[in-house]
Amino acid sequence: MEYVFQLLVILGASFLGEVLHALLPLPVPASVYGLILLFTALMTGIVKLEKVEKTGSFLIGTMSVYFISPSVSLMTVIAQYVDSLPAVILLCLLSTLLVMAVTGKVTELLLKPEDKTHE
Amino acid sequence: MNKFLAESGYFGLFFGLLVFWGSTKLCRKFRSGLANPLLLTTAAIILFLTVFQVDYETFDRGASHLTYFLTPATVALAIPMYKQVSLLKKNLAAIGIGILSGIAANIVCILSLCLLFRLDPEIYHSLLPKSVTTAIAIGVSAEIGGVPSLTVASVVFTGLFGSSVARTVFRLLSIRHPVAVGLACGNSAHAIGTVAALEIGEVEGAMSGLAMVIAGVLTAVLAPLAAGLL
Repeated sequence: MEYVFQLLVILGASFLGEVLHALLPLPVPASVYGLILLFTALMTGIVKLEKVEKTGSFLIGTMSVYFISPSVSLMTVIAQYVDSLPAVILLCLLSTLLVMAVTGKVTELLLKPEDKTHE
Repeated sequence: MNKFLAESGYFGLFFGLLVFWGSTKLCRKFRSGLANPLLLTTAAIILFLTVFQVDYETFDRGASHLTYFLTPATVALAIPMYKQVSLLKKNLAAIGIGILSGIAANIVCILSLCLLFRLDPEIYHSLLPKSVTTAIAIGVSAEIGGVPSLTVASVVFTGLFGSSVARTVFRLLSIRHPVAVGLACGNSAHAIGTVAALEIGEVEGAMSGLAMVIAGVLTAVLAPLAAGLL
């Protein structure tokens, strides 16, 4: 039952996230509001780590499979943009590599030196 | 057969997980940095559905039950973030500047390539939010005059590509610190990148989740400004 009650807490944060999504006029999804809410609840001690940790680890550990259907939905869009597809693909490839390289390299250079010992 | 599958509640769910199981086994066997179970699963299922002329909707009928857990799983990313909060506080400036420089690089890169290839402003607006999580990207795209379906496709493609090349990129550029690795994953490849980061380690996963959230919220604010550039 522990897993079920822990799920309850996470689903509660998800639902409150949906409420915020409906109330606030930003294009921020319910999941991001929910994440911020749960993080705040953990920081303030409203929710104890032990009350969400097991189910949370399960959900995070199985996250890949939740992306299967959204990823497969690629097939419904590809046909519509055949003409601009090569350019769009090239753009995605280049910008993804650039963002990854810039973010990683800049952060690595700025991190406090004493932290680099625990690699 | 297709009619039966279209009414089945479990076909997509069973088939999706089966292919994922097979892909995971295959990727473990080859141990290549580029072998990504989600990428392989996606390619195999699209191939299967296309060859046997099964509609995406038929597949999604069962598989969407898995998608249902995407929101609680994203919410749960608060847990690794909470566990790494001291690391976060200690490196606040580096983390903030790292994420911002990545977002700036994304805007400059997409803008200059769109100008170079003389692409429609519509495509520019659709691709601008592609590095952030789907739900934010759709909202931003709709707001700045992009095509949401093209945005979703580029978001997913970006995520799959980013998580497949991540280890190779970090090795080539010798990016080794767990904080830098995590931020780079989440900033470039959002939630799918975070899955890849979690496989590297817990600190990496936490930082990737953090970058995903911050980049998502900042993009919601900055993209409408950058949209005016083309």
